[in-house]
Amino acid sequence: MTVLAIRNLAKAYGGVQAVRDVSFAVAAGELLAMIGPNGAGKTTCFNMLNGQVAPDAGSVEFEGRSLLGLSPRQIWRLGVGRTFQITATFGSMTVRENVQMALLSHHRRLWSMTALATRSFAGDADALLARVGMREQADRPCAVLAYGDLKRVELAVALASRPRLLLMDEPTAGMAPRERNELMQLAAELARRGGIAVLFTEHDMDVVFTHADRVIVLSGGELIAEGPPDAVRADARVREVYLGSGNA
Amino acid sequence: MGSVPFFFMSASSILIQFLNGLASASSLFLVAAGLSLIFGVTRIINFAHGSLFMLGMYLAVALAPMLGFWWSVPLAALAVAAFGALVEATLLRRLYAAPELLQLLATFALVLVIKDFTLWAWGPEDLLGPRAPGMDGAVRIAGLRYPEYDLFLIGFGPLVLGALWFLLRRTRWGTLVRAATQDREMAGALGVNQRWLFTSVFALGALLAGLGGAVQIPREPATLFIDLQIISDAFVVVVVGGLGSIPGAFLAALLIAEIKSFCIGLGYSKITLVVEFIVMAVVLIVRPWGLLGRMPAQTRGPGALELPLALPSRNALVALGGTALALALVPLLSAGYTLVLLTDILVFALFAVSLHFIMGPGGLHSFGHAAYFGLGAYGAGLLLLKGGVPMELALVFAPLLAVLGALVFGWFCVRLSGVYLAMLTLAFAQITWSVMFQWDAFTGGSNGLIGIWPSSWLSSKTAYYYLTLATCVGAIALLWRVLYSPFGYALRAGRDSPLRADAIGIDVRAQQWAAFVFAGLFAGLAGALFAFSKGSISPEALAVPRSVDGLVMVLLGGIQTLTGPVWGAALFIWLQDVVSRSVDYWRAVIGAVVLFLVLVFPQGVTGFLRERFAR
Amino acid sequence: MLEVSGLNAAYGRAHILFDLAFEARAGEVAVLLGRNGAGKSTTLKSIIGIVRPLAGEVHFFGRPIQHLQPYQIARLGVGYVPEDRRIFTDLTVMENLEIGRQPPREGAPRWTPAKLFELFPNLGRMQDRLGARMSGGEQQMLTIARTLMGNPRAILLDEPSEGLAPVIVEQMVRTIRELKTQGLTVLLCEQNLHFARQVADRAYVIEKGQLRGSGTLDEVREEYQQV
Repeated sequence: MTVLAIRNLAKAYGGVQAVRDVSFAVAAGELLAMIGPNGAGKTTCFNMLNGQVAPDAGSVEFEGRSLLGLSPRQIWRLGVGRTFQITATFGSMTVRENVQMALLSHHRRLWSMTALATRSFAGDADALLARVGMREQADRPCAVLAYGDLKRVELAVALASRPRLLLMDEPTAGMAPRERNELMQLAAELARRGGIAVLFTEHDMDVVFTHADRVIVLSGGELIAEGPPDAVRADARVREVYLGSGNA
Repeated sequence: MGSVPFFFMSASSILIQFLNGLASASSLFLVAAGLSLIFGVTRIINFAHGSLFMLGMYLAVALAPMLGFWWSVPLAALAVAAFGALVEATLLRRLYAAPELLQLLATFALVLVIKDFTLWAWGPEDLLGPRAPGMDGAVRIAGLRYPEYDLFLIGFGPLVLGALWFLLRRTRWGTLVRAATQDREMAGALGVNQRWLFTSVFALGALLAGLGGAVQIPREPATLFIDLQIISDAFVVVVVGGLGSIPGAFLAALLIAEIKSFCIGLGYSKITLVVEFIVMAVVLIVRPWGLLGRMPAQTRGPGALELPLALPSRNALVALGGTALALALVPLLSAGYTLVLLTDILVFALFAVSLHFIMGPGGLHSFGHAAYFGLGAYGAGLLLLKGGVPMELALVFAPLLAVLGALVFGWFCVRLSGVYLAMLTLAFAQITWSVMFQWDAFTGGSNGLIGIWPSSWLSSKTAYYYLTLATCVGAIALLWRVLYSPFGYALRAGRDSPLRADAIGIDVRAQQWAAFVFAGLFAGLAGALFAFSKGSISPEALAVPRSVDGLVMVLLGGIQTLTGPVWGAALFIWLQDVVSRSVDYWRAVIGAVVLFLVLVFPQGVTGFLRERFAR
Repeated sequence: MLEVSGLNAAYGRAHILFDLAFEARAGEVAVLLGRNGAGKSTTLKSIIGIVRPLAGEVHFFGRPIQHLQPYQIARLGVGYVPEDRRIFTDLTVMENLEIGRQPPREGAPRWTPAKLFELFPNLGRMQDRLGARMSGGEQQMLTIARTLMGNPRAILLDEPSEGLAPVIVEQMVRTIRELKTQGLTVLLCEQNLHFARQVADRAYVIEKGQLRGSGTLDEVREEYQQV
């Protein structure tokens, strides 16, 4: 089942065509990797999906509903979760409180001035933290967590709204190899079990070729290849503009 | 001269007003350029920049009889530069790693010290400067007489702009300054000696301020009030032009000086106070980073780490309850002055807690919180005197005037952040002040309102003390309790990471706006209590120094703690009371004490105690 | 030539490094391997003086430098290339190079903009371009070139391959090899084993601020993959 459908997306900045005529789709339970050299248009593409940048042309449909013109907030409410390239969490709160904030927002309780925030949805938050393996660290302040653990917290936060689509911008940037694989395995597991569609950008080719179900390659704002990892890896054009000889 | 519609001005008087604007712009530009330069490199907003301008004026006036005007100007500027270098090397250098609000506090303490030094050295009278020899005549322009010296000033501003451009764009020093403006730590790691660079930048900035003051002496007298007036003007120019942009400062100085000049020319001199702030508000709404400014890069370096907000322990609650109870027993032991002082402390504790509500958890650094305090105070006075409303009802409804102000001003303010937000809050406070100050018929103008006394059953000091105690304790408890609610947490979430807050559906702006109004309500309540305790109200209640008092209280107590602002308020009010009763130059003493505290307790007093004992 | 012993460092209350000891000998490439948060960046920042060590010593050519300011350490001939590049984006390529410029140094290769443009031909074609208008790969080249303008005897590189496309990473390998042949000592932080293997003479594994292993890259490989 197609969760996200992108058709003929285009965006220009001051005369430079950052993205031109890009179309692809992501299905439920599928991990789709978006790769390409710096400046290929990955970030622009990503930001057009989550409402930060308005495209010049084309359509973005989530479960058959257009996302164009919606704010990041509205898109999140429809069921699109996201993680950031550089982790963004609430540093002055504990791990549990971070997830509680997402739950409070999901249940539209953010304006309550009478409830006690720390007592709201604590059980639900712990259940989500257990799913990402962070239950033991629930009471630690986010500001002192290790990087890989912050990424897990972000996953738990993203899951709080029961999303059907997860957007992950360079999820494993800055992590050691073993951590990378653990995080992506977790993401894959959550996706398959919950039928969540996952779209991620990534620079680490080990991660891409181990965990992605499908890969799309952008270069110069255009989609130059699409397919299963092995086929993309063998593609001559992809090797030339991006992968190189494969030694590095 | 009465007000004249624009189209009745003759072409020649339009020209003269235009030239007047150009001449005023030059001096304004010099100060603003220095402020901007210093901020760019050191990230310190130098509140004392207007004081440096004032020093430049007084020094030039003092030197002129001995050396002649043309020598006194550069020498005064150099003396101010040397003073600036000294201040940087002995004081500010120790504060570069401190939170930016604390740096600001330190520079404000300098304002107090310099003001009292000037008072001590030159006395309270305005000093008239000499005319510029060789340029004391006038030329005929379009049939009207125009001072030669003003023509000189018109050329002087662009000359300095050109010199600064050359220095920054064409010399190695300038390249280093621009690099350090962006990332001083990285510049250091590449072998750039920052200490020397910072001191030289500060000296140049001070030189420009001193020069700006010195060249003004043929045009206006040196006064003790010019420091805060100039610093507000310079803030406006820098913010309108774009923080860190020298050409932006020039453009903004022109714009504002011209608008002011035409306001005066048209006979609306009263609104000149307000008009520059209106210009600023409009510019910031259309271009949030100023005319030629850019979105500020994210600041580097580890910020102070705030701990999660734990629910208060039973012991803490008992201690707070005990304090309230002890306060309730005070009238049994003592009456008279102690109660008056405690009433003041309670009122300002509420004011400080309401400011902390938006500043700490909200991350909205307001420099104009006194506006809401003052609106509450004026609301009480006006309801009682003009509305004929009973005192009890006036106390209840007065804060609504503050709410109204916070609703309007807050809507604009939450669209900005950081320094820009601080400047806009200051601007709105200044507008409110101007209205109160100038609307003689309604607000009593500079004299304010008198005869605002409580009802007879509350007229004894003890009765009014109990009213204040109950109201303030209740209100403070309510403000604190809200911080533990989902609303309070959402506020902190928006401060910690606006990006993440937005991505999980938190409407950061709306919640900040609500918090701004909520805090305004309680500041207004404090203001209303204040009005009835004093029996009168004057524009001082919402002037810039009152807003700064609030900042001092919050920072003194420690912004990262809930109870800090209360202790900060108590300490500040008590100190002010003791010092102002026993010392002539009490401002300088307070300034020195604040400087000392900032240097010794960079995390605030409560923060220091917690760090020291709570481990 | 660069010797670290008993190094301890902290950010506020968080203790990051515990008794680290390692060395980089003249003219070799030493690699600190470790995952994010292991303390690699803090180690380099302690050497250049941005982070002040709590305890321990850093010797550069036999001279203790741990008490010096960053600019003093840089002027002794230690170059630092940070992880996040930290290009002066408001300055042009040439101006960025100017910030790094220091007088020629005895016993170190002498760099001029012309020589650097031979090493990084891309930069030579965009001398007046603002840092803000460069791609990630170009910025990475500029940050290295800028540091070389100080004619350093040793250079500290913090994860130079991070976030770069594989083709650019290959170029980075060639650059580091070239620096080594010029006689520079290189201390490198990395997580990327493929990359480290191609340049390293000596490797150290760091985990949670402590040294877990040292030797040639092949010798420490097992240990690294376990952390």
